[in-house]
Amino acid sequence: MDGLQGDTIASALHANDVRILTRSLKYDNPRGFFCGIGKCSSCLMRVNGIPNVRTCIAPLNEGVNVEMQDKLADLPSADFKSKSTKKMVFDILIVGAGPAGLCASIEAANQGASVLLVDENLQIGGQLIKQTHKFFGSKQEKAGTRGIQIAKDLGEKIRGYQKNGKICLMLNSTVIGFYDGKKGFHKSAVVKREDYDSALFEIECKAVIFACGAMENMLLFPGNDLPGVYGAGAVQTLMNVFGVKPGNRVLMVGAGNVGLIVSYQLLQAGIMVDRVVEAAPVIGGYNVHAAKLRRCGVPIQTSYSVKEVYGEDKVEGAIIIKLDEKWQPVKGSEEKIKCDTVCLAVGLTPSTRLLAQVGVNLEFIPEAGGFIALHDKSMKTTVEGIYVAGDSSGIEEASTAMLEGKIAGVSAAFQIGYDKNIKTLKKRYLKELERLRAGPFGDKSRKAKDKIQKLLGKTK
Amino acid sequence: MKDYEKTGILSLKDLQLPTRKQLEKGVAIVECVQRIPCNPCVDSCPVNAISMKDINAPPVVDYDKCIACGKCIGICPGLAIFVVKIKHGRALVSLPFEFLQIPEVGQKVKALDRAGQVVCDGIIKRVVKAKKTMVITVEVNEKFGMIVRNIRV
Repeated sequence: MDGLQGDTIASALHANDVRILTRSLKYDNPRGFFCGIGKCSSCLMRVNGIPNVRTCIAPLNEGVNVEMQDKLADLPSADFKSKSTKKMVFDILIVGAGPAGLCASIEAANQGASVLLVDENLQIGGQLIKQTHKFFGSKQEKAGTRGIQIAKDLGEKIRGYQKNGKICLMLNSTVIGFYDGKKGFHKSAVVKREDYDSALFEIECKAVIFACGAMENMLLFPGNDLPGVYGAGAVQTLMNVFGVKPGNRVLMVGAGNVGLIVSYQLLQAGIMVDRVVEAAPVIGGYNVHAAKLRRCGVPIQTSYSVKEVYGEDKVEGAIIIKLDEKWQPVKGSEEKIKCDTVCLAVGLTPSTRLLAQVGVNLEFIPEAGGFIALHDKSMKTTVEGIYVAGDSSGIEEASTAMLEGKIAGVSAAFQIGYDKNIKTLKKRYLKELERLRAGPFGDKSRKAKDKIQKLLGKTK
Repeated sequence: MKDYEKTGILSLKDLQLPTRKQLEKGVAIVECVQRIPCNPCVDSCPVNAISMKDINAPPVVDYDKCIACGKCIGICPGLAIFVVKIKHGRALVSLPFEFLQIPEVGQKVKALDRAGQVVCDGIIKRVVKAKKTMVITVEVNEKFGMIVRNIRV
């Protein structure tokens, strides 16, 4: 099989029409990939003899041997050379090179701190690289600029700091754990993957900023694990990053901004969107996004949800159902839809597992999307030297993530002893953040942040 | 609850409508009615015809100031701005367009309303490239000037 340079193993398999990547443990059901960004586990395959490789973020190299693995995965047949662990010391470790992590890195490096920026993907930008739509906000937040361009602009700045040695970038690498460091330091382990092999690094740093993003939510219904049921973001990745069509006819579930924007981008890619269904009685996303979809002729049905997705080894259709005022299905209102792809745009859950291991105070905040590390206005958690930013500090969007990243970046630098006008900078970023959250669409974020502040007050 | 919150489709009642005279001069119709944090249209206007109380407020167009230049059409991240000009029984509707099938000047296309339904035929009068968002001007019968909001090539 062939692929293109820059493909991941999973995107190349998709382009070659291979959609079944693995099988479920108990019932042997076929599984395709779901999140497409290395967060879930439905694309695990055996690559060059190594089991449990997340093929959606593993690079496609010439001559690579990819096999479906026996569910629980046999022990690797590949040779594991015993290699020594490399030790490195930095001022700040930043986990995740999305909008929040990139901005945090730039701000911290600008203050003079030495930064190690680690990301699991093959390129920086996080989810910005698939965002082909123009951003909202004001000039300072790059309004009117497309996400992919913002990723390029931030990447350019990062390269500048790489040249002067302030930022060290480790891509295709995962922070796998945290350990007690010597006084005033945090110790962490980072695995860097090279040609499907890996090297282990031990990192010591004075502060850590977690900007790990989030993962897409699954919805419960029969057939939700059929290949062809994707997170909406996964489809966006396939189309906009890898140029692979996920299917020909799509049912979109969820009319928040993600569902509306991805539906529009599906149309741009020449894919038919049958309709958008939304369980809530109103459209959750911006009217301007809904309006541009409607004038292309795509129906949006509010108070409707997906009841079931059917098909043999892949999606062949879906049954939708009307919901009453109490969100209960209305009997007899089922409607059969022919489609080969179902996209779920039903919210995101913050990625906070590493934060849990560090031992920060986590609380369940529904408005923020799940468990969140309590943090103050400086984005500092309840553990000294540990900061959060972006979606992993509560689900919002890229403009606010960039500002939170900036705040975390200067705050961490300040803690270490750098201070180029930090007080003024922080004040400015906080004000911009407040402005972005001021409208009715910022209600949820404001509520979430208020709750976090209150709970934080109680822990003190 | 407003209808558009369920349907996604704005009606003329939701909009700030220009007078006949203003339409003959040509004006930008901003179809952005919710409080969302966004203001590039204000910055894009060369004659300061678009204003906003704060970044979350819906934009307001001073139709007397507006010169129908269309700069805001390609800038608006929500693709929500159109320029309408009425002349000799015909309406020129300029709209944002982000699809690959770019029409040519003089080409006949289907003109669609806010629900994506075909209302009439239209003739392409102008195609301007503005950073990947094309601004396309389609000519339709005057009575469809405030109805046509998309084209099918």
